[in-house]
Amino acid sequence: MISVSTEAEKKVIVEIKGVNKIYGSNHVVKDLDLTVYEGEFLTLLGSSGCGKTTTLRMVAGFEEPTSGSIRVEGEDIQNKEPFERDVNTVFQSYALFPHMTVYDNVAYGLKMKKVKKAEIKERVIHMLDLVQLGGFEKRYPSQLSGGQKQRVAIARALINRPKVLLLDEPLGALDLKLRKQMQLELKRLQRKLNITFIYVTHDQEEALTMSDRICIMNDGVLQQVGTPYEIYETPKTKFVATFIGETNLFEGSVIKKSGRKLHIAVEPGDFAVEDENENFNQGDMIAVSVRPERMLYSDTPVDGFNLIGTVKEQVYVGSVLKTIVILSNGNEIKIERLAGQELPTGGQVYLYWGNGDAKLIHTFDNVFAQAVENIVMQ
Amino acid sequence: MNKKAKKVFKKGFGIVFCSLVYIFLFLPIIVIVTGSFNATTTKPYISWKGFTLDWYVKLFDNSALLHSFGTTMAIAVITTLLATAIGTIAAIGMYKYKFKGKSVIDGLLYIPVVIPEIVLGISLLTLFSGTNIPRGMLTLILAHTTFAIPYVIFNVRARLSGYDNSIEEASMDLGANRITTLKNITLPVLAPGIAGGALLAFTLSIDDVIVSYFVNGQIKTFPLKVMESIKSGVAPDVNALSTLILLGTIILVILTQSDLLKKIRHKK
Amino acid sequence: MKKLSRHTFRSNTLPSMAMVGPVTLWLAFFVAIPLVYVFIMSFCSIDESYNIVFKFTASNYERLFNPNYMQIYGTSILVAFLTTILCILIGYPFSFMIARTKWKHKALLYMMVIIPFWTNSLIRIYGWRTFLGTGGWLNHLLMTLNLTSEPIEFLFNKGATVLGMVYCLFPFMVLPLYTAIEKLDQNLLEASSDLGAKGHTTFRKVILPLTMSGVFSGSIMVFIPCLGYFFVSDILGGGNSDMIGNLIERQFQSGNNWPLGAALSIILILITLLLVKLYQKAGGDMDSLGV
Repeated sequence: MISVSTEAEKKVIVEIKGVNKIYGSNHVVKDLDLTVYEGEFLTLLGSSGCGKTTTLRMVAGFEEPTSGSIRVEGEDIQNKEPFERDVNTVFQSYALFPHMTVYDNVAYGLKMKKVKKAEIKERVIHMLDLVQLGGFEKRYPSQLSGGQKQRVAIARALINRPKVLLLDEPLGALDLKLRKQMQLELKRLQRKLNITFIYVTHDQEEALTMSDRICIMNDGVLQQVGTPYEIYETPKTKFVATFIGETNLFEGSVIKKSGRKLHIAVEPGDFAVEDENENFNQGDMIAVSVRPERMLYSDTPVDGFNLIGTVKEQVYVGSVLKTIVILSNGNEIKIERLAGQELPTGGQVYLYWGNGDAKLIHTFDNVFAQAVENIVMQ
Repeated sequence: MNKKAKKVFKKGFGIVFCSLVYIFLFLPIIVIVTGSFNATTTKPYISWKGFTLDWYVKLFDNSALLHSFGTTMAIAVITTLLATAIGTIAAIGMYKYKFKGKSVIDGLLYIPVVIPEIVLGISLLTLFSGTNIPRGMLTLILAHTTFAIPYVIFNVRARLSGYDNSIEEASMDLGANRITTLKNITLPVLAPGIAGGALLAFTLSIDDVIVSYFVNGQIKTFPLKVMESIKSGVAPDVNALSTLILLGTIILVILTQSDLLKKIRHKK
Repeated sequence: MKKLSRHTFRSNTLPSMAMVGPVTLWLAFFVAIPLVYVFIMSFCSIDESYNIVFKFTASNYERLFNPNYMQIYGTSILVAFLTTILCILIGYPFSFMIARTKWKHKALLYMMVIIPFWTNSLIRIYGWRTFLGTGGWLNHLLMTLNLTSEPIEFLFNKGATVLGMVYCLFPFMVLPLYTAIEKLDQNLLEASSDLGAKGHTTFRKVILPLTMSGVFSGSIMVFIPCLGYFFVSDILGGGNSDMIGNLIERQFQSGNNWPLGAALSIILILITLLLVKLYQKAGGDMDSLGV
């Protein structure tokens, strides 16, 4: 499943295999397979309840997988308590100890490891400098701002030099401006210390900005793992296509296949696309995703496309002209292009796109896909 | 009347009203403290015969009175320790875990708080006599602990309502095992609630009359000693001891509360 | 599929048992079982030498309808009711003032309500007797001022009992009221007056509904204990205002008729249950009765 082409030479640090998590009748994580490589910034992305936090907590040791195994550096950590694992967590609520100073908070992990006092002092001071909190040693958490608390939480986890740092929506409580700033800072820290980060967020922009690879989850099922570019450009599922960025989806079936050319019928029309990887056969259910910035329109018919719509509205957003076109079945199509000539509202347009701008996705439902996969695996 | 005059009048009225309430609350205290300096030696020790400090000296010759005070303190200390330990652990357990019968425990907890003390007193009396447990120190401690536990639990629970569970996870994540986490994180953070509960347990125990009255056997706690002496009039040395107890409690509370306040200031 | 065996961290049976077990046992032994025992005893009788005979009889309950007893129930309810009303009437404005004062030593005002209660309650009630008795301070003062030639008997009536009860239970009214009033949002009050509400309208429409919970919990915490505080009516009422508490006390001490006392206690328990149910119906929070 995972594209290993570029990571093949990298060392595997965390290996999650066939992990399920079931609470009562609630199947939160379903057959998860995931490999994390040393030094990478991997983001688990998905909406709330998709199982991303549960996955993180299973790696940390706060939750126990119902089945499956988790290995860190090849060693099964199933029977290790959270305090025996070489991973550290940055919590969403920061979870700073309210009765301890910043210094004592950061020193906590080292004290537990019985590191010598002088060394603790040196490392804490160094760590606080690194997160730009030098001079805040004697403050209590209640005397810090949200951003400062976040830095303490990160320093407290990083000082233990964990093999993997787990971050559970660490920037969720910060305001937009501070969040952007902290994103860059986290990325800088990660590069500098070369520690593997597993980062949980529901914010796709955050994921695209920071990650080396993104792992998208929905409803407990891993949808796709890949670089931000791969995820954005070649979504493998309908969910990924719609979850990351804006897109226009046409759902239908392949009615004719001639060579690499597929003729696809969708509800309000039909068109032909190129199937570069020859993944589809006649009769397949298919979804075609076209990003708004790749969607084009013309006032005359375009060869190979039969998609006619009516212009609903056009808005200038800075240098971009956003157009909404309504198809005959009522679906709205979003189009973004650099400012150009305006179209009259209510006018008829012919939609089309360039070769390779449409992404083709199989659309048999996930349960079915999973069943097929299981049969193949056995 | 214009607006300003009305406001001044209102404020003045408020101050007078509140002062009257405080006078009402402190009047018996004044009577007790005054009584402890009264030179009278004849029952019922009411008429004023001049100022003396003798009673504070004579107090230490009244071995029965001192003994009852010692008994009260011993019971209060043991009750406080027992109730605080059981109550704190229970409050944490009930906060953290879901289990069957939780609402039953909750319901049972409210009983000692809401039923009239006399019902608790006689029900424990019937239990102890029915099971042939001899009434004395042991039954007093058991009874006091029973009514003190819920108050400890409520106090700790109030503290837990603002408690972030993830700080314990953070502690374990950083390498502390469960015991260390309890010692380093959970208990210190809950300390103000625990201390408040313990203080309440202590004061409830030293002041208890009704429950003790039924389960004491031959043991006389200080309140029961007072009850006994009421028929013949409360002697000035009892007033003197009460005054000392009040002073002691005030000092104790000022010490613990100021320490607590310092800690509380750093919570949220 | 790998089977997972050891992992105590997330499985919670053991820790929850260890933590909640002691309190469960304690409450079962010292609260639940004794109450059940009292209930059973209320259907028993005694023989000539005051031994309890465990044979079912409803005679204790029949005796509860004795007219003398009925009068005592009436007195109890009346005293408890008057005590509660007085506590509300004095306690509400008082709590309001000390909770919303801008004085910097506000905490001291609060502490001063509690401090008297660190002195033994019996001795404080006795203090009232010393103050109000025929040879007491007040009569002394009145006679010195020539307002009366003969000492006035203030004690040994229902009024004195009510005074003692109000005195003993006043803080239990003030503390929940104080909490409820302090929580009131100043902005809310300002918004109300900003919207044109007069002082008393703001009070009726905004303040009172928001502090009603405090009035309810205060009333529960005053009314119920009042029924059982036998020593107050003993010391101040002098037998002229016996309450259910005194009745029960006598059955278990001098009267030595435990089954009858048990039946009387069941009445108290039923009144308590009824009031608590009403309280919960009115939206009261049980935890606010505790602290």
